Amino acid sequence: MTKAANDIRPATFTGNRALQIEEPLIFETGAPDRSGVDITVPEGENRLGGLERRSEIGLPGLSEPETVRHYVRLSRNNYAIDTGIFPLGSCTMKHNPRANEKSARLPGFADIHPLQPQNTVPGAIELMETLSHWLLTLTGMEAVALSPKAGAHGELCGMMGIKAAHEASGENAQRRIVIVPDSAHGTNPATAALLGYEVRPVEVREDGTVSPDAVRAIVGPDTAAMMLTNPNTCGLFEPDIIEIAEILHEAGAYLYCDGANFNAIAAKVRPGDLGIDAMHLNLHKTFSTPHGGGGPGSGPVIFSKAIAPFAPLPRVVAGQDGAALAEFADDVPGEQPFGRLTAFHGQMGMFVRAMAYMMAQGADGMRQASEDAVLNANYIRARLRDVFSQPYGDRICMHEVLFDDHFLKDTGVTTLDLAKALIDEGFHPMTVYFPLVAHGAMLVEPTESESKHSLDQFIDAMRALAKAALAGETERFTEAPRFAPRRRLDEVKAARHPVLRWEPPQQAKAAE
Amino acid sequence: MRLLPHTDADRAAMLAAIGVREIDDLFADVPEAARLKELPDLPRHASEIELERAMQRMADKNVAASSVPFFVGCGAYNHHVPATVDHLIQRSEFMTAYTPYQPEVAQGTLQYLFEFQTQVAMLTGMDVANASMYDGSTAASEAVLMAQRVTKRPKAVISTGLHPHYRAVIETFGHFSEHESVAVEDDEIAEALDDKTACVIVQTPDVFGRVHDLRKLADKVHEAGALLIVAVTEVLSLGALTPPGEMGADIVVAEGQSIGNGLNFGGPYLGLFATRQKYVRQMPGRLAGETTDEDGKRGFVLTLATREQHIRRDRATSNICTNSGLCALAFTIHLTLMGESGLRDLALANHRTAVALADDLAQVSGVKVLTDQFFNEFTIQVPGDGAQVIDKLADKGVLGGVPAARLWPDRPDLADRIIVAATETTTPEDRAAYVAALKEVLA
Repeated sequence: MTKAANDIRPATFTGNRALQIEEPLIFETGAPDRSGVDITVPEGENRLGGLERRSEIGLPGLSEPETVRHYVRLSRNNYAIDTGIFPLGSCTMKHNPRANEKSARLPGFADIHPLQPQNTVPGAIELMETLSHWLLTLTGMEAVALSPKAGAHGELCGMMGIKAAHEASGENAQRRIVIVPDSAHGTNPATAALLGYEVRPVEVREDGTVSPDAVRAIVGPDTAAMMLTNPNTCGLFEPDIIEIAEILHEAGAYLYCDGANFNAIAAKVRPGDLGIDAMHLNLHKTFSTPHGGGGPGSGPVIFSKAIAPFAPLPRVVAGQDGAALAEFADDVPGEQPFGRLTAFHGQMGMFVRAMAYMMAQGADGMRQASEDAVLNANYIRARLRDVFSQPYGDRICMHEVLFDDHFLKDTGVTTLDLAKALIDEGFHPMTVYFPLVAHGAMLVEPTESESKHSLDQFIDAMRALAKAALAGETERFTEAPRFAPRRRLDEVKAARHPVLRWEPPQQAKAAE
Repeated sequence: MRLLPHTDADRAAMLAAIGVREIDDLFADVPEAARLKELPDLPRHASEIELERAMQRMADKNVAASSVPFFVGCGAYNHHVPATVDHLIQRSEFMTAYTPYQPEVAQGTLQYLFEFQTQVAMLTGMDVANASMYDGSTAASEAVLMAQRVTKRPKAVISTGLHPHYRAVIETFGHFSEHESVAVEDDEIAEALDDKTACVIVQTPDVFGRVHDLRKLADKVHEAGALLIVAVTEVLSLGALTPPGEMGADIVVAEGQSIGNGLNFGGPYLGLFATRQKYVRQMPGRLAGETTDEDGKRGFVLTLATREQHIRRDRATSNICTNSGLCALAFTIHLTLMGESGLRDLALANHRTAVALADDLAQVSGVKVLTDQFFNEFTIQVPGDGAQVIDKLADKGVLGGVPAARLWPDRPDLADRIIVAATETTTPEDRAAYVAALKEVLA
């Protein structure tokens, strides 16, 4: 242990620090014959075809009180939006209203099966239809596929729709290129590559946005589509997006928009008016469904008129006797759905939550939320601009503001150090080292659910840290975090010698 | 507007600090032609009371599984979720956390993912598992892509016993990623193997409920230089059956919904993905790994990120960015509550209930049980149209299973089949109600 840490955090006999308890793995305390459930096994014969499991599994069990305590203790080692501001740019962590949770847990939504007869679930179909209507109205688009299970899954869906349109027109064989700006999410090029496309990057111009001339220079009869994020990952609205869409359409290509940042413009701008052909909407970002430490997500995709006939199944369609769930091509005569993306109908639990949020906000609240998100980001920009550096100069941003590490030059403090020092101050760090186009990037997204008071607290901490770094207080940063449940973790060791599961002690020893 | 904290005075002060006159000055980059002048044609904000009423009204139109005798399965199962599970996943620090990109303040999430990975590896009989995927069907299509990367071969051979929706997902991916797939009956798999075959994908228990011994098939697949992918849509079966890892599987994918997660009309669900140690770096999705911090204390991080899209971009193993973190948490809590003994008891309770149900239904005149060996689901043949029988049963308040026509509208030869599931929630009264209703419907 280093001296600095030692001074601040003297060791205890147990390793615990008051409310912060060191919690072992379930494998170290549980036992296979201990259980927190009571199951009655009926008498009777087995018909398992001689395939009964004979080997021991090794799964530990805990009683109910032990289970509760284990996971409650683990939970206390997590930062969460309910405990503080989560200024992760491009990730959007806003308040998760509990009315959403209450709605999603109604047995009429939570306790229905995807394959029970359709006439026993008209309320679920009505909710999906209502959600579709809201999404299409907010985006000004033609069709929506609700089934994608996350943003990246939505990207696949949107790009599949585009590819299906090229197949239908007989141009798929020649259109092999997808243009992706170098500021794009890594999921964009990965998605294009998964679908067999060659990815052609386009550099952003000096102001951090894509120039129509740059697109014009590389677009051609071999271009299938361009994937653009708008507002983009530098926190800027692409001012020339309408012209870019026109260039692509004239060349017979389509415009895919990564909708990760739709929360900046919902009820202010309709993607349909920008010339977009396909776009996913992350329900957890714009519509407040909880992120759950990694998911589940939900990534409905909206399509322009050109792509709409190819939208995948299942989806909700209007019928003579109200809405119905179309599951097979025969259910949508005249259309050419490109296939199926997931076993069932999508993330119903997330649809309910998103719908609850939209009804709570209404059109007026959605618009106010977009405005407040943009206001908050610009407020942070304005109050930090005299200390923090910005890669594209001090210009108005959308709902997130991008700083870089230029101001830390010669201080010996890196972007990562600053992030870890922010943890000690009680804040989750901003997104770091993304987008890759900015050196030592720090992307800050406050969201609309942060009050001026919480923004001021965050700003004060950021200013204090920046000043300390410039004053040469290097140790405060390189030693950070000092007060988190763990100090800096060795990620290189984890990758070089991957330990991805617990092993019984004797086996772990033998493996060494 | 209760979700927005600012007062008008706050907004005015902030605009002043920024140095602009009004909010639309901040939207100056948006082309004039694209700025919405009016609000979209949608309702204004609703109070929480109004919202609850609207939601309750829609929910009340649906028949909840817990409210009727319920026998619907085929990839999603009506199991009991202990109250403790839902309580714990609603802990704010779990539910409202983001992806654990800053591991020092995300040890709660990272430790449970490490525990989850270990449990899944144990349950499937495999070496390693990832930190979950969207659901079983998408995990299956990722497994096919992984087999194609490992073997550098293009073709997937798909058993017709695989859930047809899973097959459809694989075929959609295969079509657009320009890979080949063929679906064949189980007894024709060996003949379909050739030097272009990357993998064979089979399901056990299969979509009709039949359990399969895969050992001989595994040998044939391996002789052909291909990988065996085993899909499990009812993960609880692994509490009673020989795990795929002991039968020669190279990749096991499963739908984890049955443990800890509700039906939710099809999602969110939980994809499980496990494989052999030697393929770890080809595995899609997130991985939590053990390491130490600066003080030498054990801790956990997301690791092997060099496979992932945010580093490898167009050369990544997959485009997946999200996992099903909270669903994985529900799974790991429920499995921890059960332990090995509880899991085995629950699996056996499911099986014996299904056996009893099969025997009950076999007594109904005209009904044949077609599955001899199964876990908690089996196929029956009814006189007449299975879909009509199911609809008539629903009118009598019994949700009697999945008619094959719901899954195979293009297979008239299966039109008289119904796939029936029983679980620990099925009571003797439920079974009696099914028998009585079926007798009436078929009379």
